[in-house]
Amino acid sequence: MNFTAIIINGIAIISLLIAFVKDKRKTIKSLKIAGKSFIRILPMIFIIIIIIGLLLGFLPPYQISRFVGEQSGILGILLVGAIGALMHIPALLSFPLAASLLEEGASVSVVAAFIITLTMIGTITLPIEIKELGRELALLRNGISFVIAIFIALVMGVIL
Amino acid sequence: MKGVKQKQEMTRDLIILGIILIIMLALLSVFPDKKEIVFSTSWDFFIEMILILPAVMVILGLFAVWVPKDIVVKHLGKASGIKGIFLAIILGALPTGPLYVAFPMAAALLEKGAKISNIIIFLSAWACIKIPQEMVELQFLGVKFMFLRLILTIIFVIIMGLFIEKVMKVRNA
Repeated sequence: MNFTAIIINGIAIISLLIAFVKDKRKTIKSLKIAGKSFIRILPMIFIIIIIIGLLLGFLPPYQISRFVGEQSGILGILLVGAIGALMHIPALLSFPLAASLLEEGASVSVVAAFIITLTMIGTITLPIEIKELGRELALLRNGISFVIAIFIALVMGVIL
Repeated sequence: MKGVKQKQEMTRDLIILGIILIIMLALLSVFPDKKEIVFSTSWDFFIEMILILPAVMVILGLFAVWVPKDIVVKHLGKASGIKGIFLAIILGALPTGPLYVAFPMAAALLEKGAKISNIIIFLSAWACIKIPQEMVELQFLGVKFMFLRLILTIIFVIIMGLFIEKVMKVRNA
């Protein structure tokens, strides 16, 4: 068990204890919500780990890095950024996927672009966003988010 | 309404899982020598995720019950300046639900006359700098990656918020 995992579990346990002392019924309700969300995310967890296993098992690193490694340049970043914008998976699960890509020789910029577009841009939820906030605001937010995602990705590639 | 949508999502995920499983079994029966590396890689990632995800879910659950939804609208409705930006980031980063949950809140904020820049910053913080999300990022991508992305995202999200506000003002003038 690594350091981060210990910290996160520590925070969860301490918060849970404090909550339990304060209000038993509310805490049980929280745990029920937590259990339900966990069950809901479970199929996606299995999908992601199988994809990672197949990815790392079948695609040799030089294949992956040819498409999304350093030498793929801005085109690779734009491509993966676009994929991230179209995909609809929980942000929590984008990080292990990103880590496996990094392990396989994808560049830092590509991985950063993927995470940022995946979280900030919602193509599937765009109709809801337009309905709630208006066409102008929704399109501006998603469009400019894509631009800043690419920009942040490039800066991260230079620094890291 | 919400329950129906969740059930649909669950069914969709299970169907995708079934397809992926079939693909995996087919690939592994053609290339049996890959079995070991595929299983060991998947297992390693599974362990890493299972060590943190239940804890993250507990934290999310606690917040969902303890932090009332109207706290955002109440506090962000009138805030402006640096304080507004700061509040937008903090309230957005609280561990609560997927992005589409935030749209109705943002709509309520718009109606209340909150600054557009703050609404955009709030939505962006909600999308990509949530506290439990950062913990998972730390676990998988390391402290350098996590902090650099966090800082750059905050800077650019603020710039984006101010820019969109200007654009909307010019267009509506």
